[in-house]
Amino acid sequence: MNVIQILFWFLSALALVSALMVLLSKNPVHSVLWLVGVFFAISGHYILLNAQFIAIVNLIVYAGAIMVLFLFVIMLMNLNKDTEPQKNIWMKLAGAISAGCFLMILVSLIKQAPELQAKTAMMKEGDIGLIGNLGKALFSTYVVPFEISSILFLSAMVGAVVIGKKD
Amino acid sequence: MPIQYYIFLSLALFCIGIAGVLTRRNAIIIFMSIELMLNAVNLLLVAFSKMHHAVASAVDKVNTVGTDGQIFVFFVMVVAAAEVSVGLAIIVMMYRNAHSVDVNFLNRLKN
Repeated sequence: MNVIQILFWFLSALALVSALMVLLSKNPVHSVLWLVGVFFAISGHYILLNAQFIAIVNLIVYAGAIMVLFLFVIMLMNLNKDTEPQKNIWMKLAGAISAGCFLMILVSLIKQAPELQAKTAMMKEGDIGLIGNLGKALFSTYVVPFEISSILFLSAMVGAVVIGKKD
Repeated sequence: MPIQYYIFLSLALFCIGIAGVLTRRNAIIIFMSIELMLNAVNLLLVAFSKMHHAVASAVDKVNTVGTDGQIFVFFVMVVAAAEVSVGLAIIVMMYRNAHSVDVNFLNRLKN
């Protein structure tokens, strides 16, 4: 087992445990902090795959901006205590069982797919994930979607202001 | 690493997100589970892009096969950021009207 495999298993275990703790913790602030842990683990996976631009964008946008927004909203509404009423245990069990069934079906489907046998993802080499290559593609082939996304952001900003306005 | 490991990891994260949406009642936790599902898909897109790059690199040493997948991940993040701003505004408005973020209060369409 070389160092890449050890890192892969460590980051996978970290991501799965943190994702489970997002669901299991009662305090919403703890959930947000565990979700930040998931995002750090996934950024570690991106670095292992040598997708450096995506890794940094994931850290800045998700862990830096979106999660701070969630924390702001939780603290603004003073939800940082356990206020969730007890739900019917059978409803929780039904949700967990249906998610587990979905997971089992997809895993058994992937296991017998012939196209995916003996394919490997290239680790720590290959320069398509570097910012030079992605920037060239973003500003030549994908320049129209890039500009349209600015209109999307403008409309999202206007929408957030209009919805959140007190009237 | 074999691509199947990445597929299984992404599936597990995605199903944890589904379980969160189905079992929790706090609207903010449900929203965070949706973000978790988006991230699982992003991880799988990057892994597949590196898989195609590995296949193409065996033939030609200098190529840019697989760039599209990573650009797509970038646009998924853009859409997710816009979605979070609008969604949190909706949750704040819901809290202002109902003084709760429990999704079971939102059953006015039932009657």
